[in-house]
Amino acid sequence: MEGLLSLAVKAIFIENLALSFFLGMCTFLAVSKKVETALGLGISVVVVQALTVPINNVLYTTLLNDNALAWAGLEGTDLRFLGLISYIGVIAAVVQILEMFLDRYVPALYNALGIFLPLITVNCAIMGGSLFMVERDYNLGEASVYGVSSGIGWALAITAMAGVREKLKYSDVPDGLQGLGITFITAGLMAMGFMAFSGVKL
Amino acid sequence: MSLRDKFDRIAPLFEKGGKYEKFYAVYEMVDTFIYTPKTVTSVAPHARDHADLKRVMTYVVLATIPAILFGMYNTGLQTNSALAAMGITEPAGWRAFILSLLGIGFNPDSIFANMAHGALYFLPIYIVTLGVGGIFEVLFAIVRGHEVNEGFFVSSMLYTLILPASTPLWQVGLGIAFGVVIGKEVFGGTGKNFLNPALVGRAFLYFAYPAAMSGDAVWTPVDGFSGATALGVAASDGMQGLAANGITWMSSFVGTIQGSFGETSTIAIALGGVFLVTTGIANYRLILGCLAGMIGFSLLLNLIGSETNPMFAMPWYWHLVTGGFMFGLVFMVTEPVTAAMTNPGRYIYAALIGVMCILIRVINPAFPEGMMLAILFGNIFSPLIDYFVVKANITRRMKRHA
Repeated sequence: MEGLLSLAVKAIFIENLALSFFLGMCTFLAVSKKVETALGLGISVVVVQALTVPINNVLYTTLLNDNALAWAGLEGTDLRFLGLISYIGVIAAVVQILEMFLDRYVPALYNALGIFLPLITVNCAIMGGSLFMVERDYNLGEASVYGVSSGIGWALAITAMAGVREKLKYSDVPDGLQGLGITFITAGLMAMGFMAFSGVKL
Repeated sequence: MSLRDKFDRIAPLFEKGGKYEKFYAVYEMVDTFIYTPKTVTSVAPHARDHADLKRVMTYVVLATIPAILFGMYNTGLQTNSALAAMGITEPAGWRAFILSLLGIGFNPDSIFANMAHGALYFLPIYIVTLGVGGIFEVLFAIVRGHEVNEGFFVSSMLYTLILPASTPLWQVGLGIAFGVVIGKEVFGGTGKNFLNPALVGRAFLYFAYPAAMSGDAVWTPVDGFSGATALGVAASDGMQGLAANGITWMSSFVGTIQGSFGETSTIAIALGGVFLVTTGIANYRLILGCLAGMIGFSLLLNLIGSETNPMFAMPWYWHLVTGGFMFGLVFMVTEPVTAAMTNPGRYIYAALIGVMCILIRVINPAFPEGMMLAILFGNIFSPLIDYFVVKANITRRMKRHA
């Protein structure tokens, strides 16, 4: 239990996907103009992450891993080379289902997210979550916790970013830096603030 | 002919169409620094608070004076004591040369000798900060056509006060340049930044040159002398270690301990803090919230306890007097631009900083001190806190009138 808790804290703050690995930057920079949309996107990332990481974990341990197919009587198989494409497939399917769900039940959020929801499919934070899960050999429980909390970390980062950007509406940014330029600088400065957690050992 | 007439006579040169039109910002800066500006408000609202930006900034600089004076004294005291302890009577370097020339000497018992020695460390750093930061400030003012304002005096003073005395001058310049340009000017200047510029500069130096910014050897500028800060000692040896090193609560409160220029003396900073709160510059909610967060969280950690980490046992009144907590509390948490703007938000924002500061000090072994990063972290979340407070207000009113 304690291990899972520290894994969660680690995934949210210390190894924040957005601000210490800089994953999922395209959506992080593009959809962080308003807190409301950012929050919506953050929540959908949490949901997608919470679904895909455990599913990919099951996929990995029962089908892809070295000798994983022993339960089916096939000894000595190693399908790990299929990893990348299978995870992408799972992510794409989950996002598709989520999109249809939102379209039906939360049309406001669906409209607000627009093109960015399908873009979650190719969000590197989502892919990164699954790949970290494989690399760090998480079991199913750890993978579930990691999925949820890494998503929460990313959502927290993008919401804070949107808050700052809403405040920056009143700033007077030099012409050359307006738009993405200042957003990059902001993201960098935020990452410096998140350095507060680097080095915490749990 | 008075100085005012001189200013008025050269004014046309700098105004629109004049020869030095480009340098209007510089003229304006010098003029308004000496005289009250003549310009009056031309658009509504006409009723303004008497505490305008200029007065706010000047008051903050005034409030730092006790910390500056004590900082100089303490730097001199630490340096002279270290020299005496190491048996050096003829130290090398230009500072020693000046002090010997004037016959001031290096007696750690003489207040004047300590002040003089400390000033010779403080002034070069402050002058470089003003010079380099000022160049960028004026450059941006000229190119972008805004005014140079007193905000920079505050940033430069705070920045100097949170540096260790032995910081190389080129790093001082680099840090303030980063703080002014990336921390403030790219967002449009005073009042438009979201992080404290002085802290951005300091944090930049901290991560870029950790060897010159942390450890045991940087606080007292004597080669080969190493003296850990109170927090450094407590992190490695616990509360008994503090006593063994001769650090008492009183010495931390008065400030005769190792640390950055202005951060050591709790009492001197508190004087400035009282001044800021009475004049209405610093919002008392921020101070209360931060204290509450710090005290609450350190009591919680005392309660939890730990066998391996002695910092868990550090009581809150020690957290208050050690490290940069007090300095950050009075001069940086209360900074109105980067703090939360709503009243409930102020409590939340400040409490977040208090909790984060203790969290970093106690739980993060990478940093013995946490105030700087805690404030930067708080700055990042202050707009979001405001957003949710405003949102909650809206919902509540909608319910009331529904």
